[in-house]
Amino acid sequence: MIRSIRHHLLVFFSVIGPGFITAVVDNDAGGIFTYSQAGARYGYLPLWTLMPITLLLIVTQEMCSRMGAVTEKGLSDLIREEFGLRTTFLMLAALVAANLMNVMANFAGVASSLELFGVSRYLSVPVAVAAVWLLIVKGTYASVEKVFLFACALYVCYIVSGVLVKPDWKEAALYSVKPVLLFEPGYLQMLIGMVGTSVAPWMQFYLQAAIVEKGVTAKDYAESRIEVIVGCVVMSAIASFIIVACAGAIWSVKPQDIADATDAAKGLKPFGDWAFTLFCAGLLNASFFAACILPLSTAYTVCEGLGFESGVNRSFKEAPIFYWLFTGLIIVGGGVILIPGFPLVKMILFSQVINGVLLPFVLIFMIQLVNKERVMHDWRNNAAYNLVAWTAVVLMIGLTLALVALTVRGVFA
Amino acid sequence: MHVTASHLYLTELIGLVVYDLRGRRIGKLQDAAVLPAMDPARVDRFLVGSSGGWTWLSIRHDQVASISLDGIRLRDEVLTPYHADEYMLRLVRDLLDQQIIDAQDRKVVRVTDVTFLIRDGRELAVQEVDIGLRAVFRRLFQGVFPPKWIRKLQSPISVNSIRWEYSNILEEDPQRRLRLNISTKLLEKMHPADLADIVEELGPDDRGALFEAMEPETAAGALTELEPDVQASILENLEAERAADILEEMAPDEAAAALSEVEEETSAEILEEMEAAPMTEVRELLEFDEGTAGRLMSTQYSAVPVGLTVGDALELLRNEDSMEESNLLFVVDSAGRLDGAIPLARLLGRPLTTPLSELSLDTLIQGTADMDEAQVIELFDKYNLLCLPVVDEEGMLLGAVMAHEVISLLREQGR
Repeated sequence: MIRSIRHHLLVFFSVIGPGFITAVVDNDAGGIFTYSQAGARYGYLPLWTLMPITLLLIVTQEMCSRMGAVTEKGLSDLIREEFGLRTTFLMLAALVAANLMNVMANFAGVASSLELFGVSRYLSVPVAVAAVWLLIVKGTYASVEKVFLFACALYVCYIVSGVLVKPDWKEAALYSVKPVLLFEPGYLQMLIGMVGTSVAPWMQFYLQAAIVEKGVTAKDYAESRIEVIVGCVVMSAIASFIIVACAGAIWSVKPQDIADATDAAKGLKPFGDWAFTLFCAGLLNASFFAACILPLSTAYTVCEGLGFESGVNRSFKEAPIFYWLFTGLIIVGGGVILIPGFPLVKMILFSQVINGVLLPFVLIFMIQLVNKERVMHDWRNNAAYNLVAWTAVVLMIGLTLALVALTVRGVFA
Repeated sequence: MHVTASHLYLTELIGLVVYDLRGRRIGKLQDAAVLPAMDPARVDRFLVGSSGGWTWLSIRHDQVASISLDGIRLRDEVLTPYHADEYMLRLVRDLLDQQIIDAQDRKVVRVTDVTFLIRDGRELAVQEVDIGLRAVFRRLFQGVFPPKWIRKLQSPISVNSIRWEYSNILEEDPQRRLRLNISTKLLEKMHPADLADIVEELGPDDRGALFEAMEPETAAGALTELEPDVQASILENLEAERAADILEEMAPDEAAAALSEVEEETSAEILEEMEAAPMTEVRELLEFDEGTAGRLMSTQYSAVPVGLTVGDALELLRNEDSMEESNLLFVVDSAGRLDGAIPLARLLGRPLTTPLSELSLDTLIQGTADMDEAQVIELFDKYNLLCLPVVDEEGMLLGAVMAHEVISLLREQGR
């Protein structure tokens, strides 16, 4: 018995990585802004949404990791095999566009978080671009994963800064389980935004690829599933601390809108330098982390789907398209931050629209693939799970499209 | 206008209009099939979706009068409907977008397009499988631009394709594989380590299919080179009898290592299916705990009795093939206890009458079967060993740990 528990723990630690990293990176610069905004404007009220968000996230991430473990192929591989090249190409083109803008958003996060410490973006962004490139190109999968897991641990910054603000814990606990619906446009928009940003198309591709790269098989899938669930829960916990910190620091003084995540950090200043510094450090960490993973995952996904050589263990000559894509994404993504007057906010909103349009396709492809006998054999969804999965997918699609509609309206208004 | 070209792409072939004897339009080409059992490269069947009809028509290669970008003209009236259960390799359905093995560059690739050679203006032969950006370009604009434009526009992009002779198709269904005559001969010429790299890239289904199809000897070579967890997943998915056939071809210590990762029930079934001699050896090795010298050691070593001369030893060893891995010749007494070890190099150039005892190592370094892996590594490092004999408590020679095992072990630990 003890031996079997020890065995399971060992296997758990050997599969830890993909699910955890994917879920945590979900709290990138954009996610942090969304949660900060929610807390600053509506205080503790939005906390309850994290519970259904976690569930939705678990359902989609679980299917992806299961497909990765069972087929040992990436999602774009499977989509190509089952739905053909042209479909795959269109999907990948949209993914590259959306991810490029997400990369921009995260380099912007690096720039603005360091500017709060007085570091010019003309210094911080080039350094960050170089650091990302070197880390990914010179590192091996195992060493890079260790760096990523360390970055995951740094998210503890948010928990500490949340505690330092001394929020009203009683209220936070209450609203974590008590759903509150206010029928005012701003509140609904915020709820939709929170759900819409929580599941992004790139995550599905990244997670499945990482599971395959890690060599997780159907045999040790049970542990992998736990890892995915734990990852999603941790992601929610971090999100809740961000909301709580902003609720305690900003909303309790005066409910207000914030312009970006650094605004939230400034709002924490009255609660001490530590709360402020940790919030900024968290933003820097999250942005840098996402700026590593997004371009890498994009390059992998594209090369895999179109059948080009890929992987950081191959040389530039062996996998030229992979490296050009990866390098191009970080240089363009970081470069535009340095262009004065670049319409970054518009770009980020636009990326939300592309993500929103892409997500329904990805989710529907996924759910079809995961139910194919030829692909999944005995690992298909059962009827009950399918009901949950379809509900999640439909809900997610509906809310994402609502977010797209709101964004489009906002851009034109 | 007539396009003269010696080749045609699958992307161009699909959708070509088919005309009958009197030049009337029958329908559009939907798929083309090769019957490898008849001819490995010739397109044998053209499948046409007739306008207005539900079923496809199947056209034999000898019913075609001409093929060009302008269309396919027939020279026979009698066309038969296509049945989905016929055994043929349909290029669009079975090959396009699927993975194949490039046996020359030893990697797994995904098929994006196929290039045919037009023979005598009326026959197609598969020439190359296209994988690069150029083929992706053709696929994307197939049907959007006229083929002639696409051919012009693609010319700056470099070609990336694999000759059909070096393409190893992966077919999961054993019956289809047999009927289609898809062999694994190309793979059998590869180095086992290269083959193992390819196997690691494949998904479990293709992997299983490959291990079903390969000669047990080839399969054993590749299996030996794989990571333990991949070994286990392959063995668990094979029929016990097939798994046993493969394990019999492996060195007993390698077989034991692979089996130890397999679930107990399955490994018992597999052992049951093995022949008595290798099975007993593997069983004995499995008795040793994981992480001990007993598990690491190979049982393929050479030993001679005490009191021989160089000439006697060479005579005894003449028909031994287990000398390849080890650099030591062991000497054992009548009870089988290890008495000495002689570096094989010392046998060279000595008079045949030299007694072996003169050539023995001064200090005999040996390990016990229950010795910890870490201690084994230490011995190898301290005494610069290439090979370490392993004995039981009574000093009986059981096997020998080879340097390459220690290297694998160190690499695993370094990860």
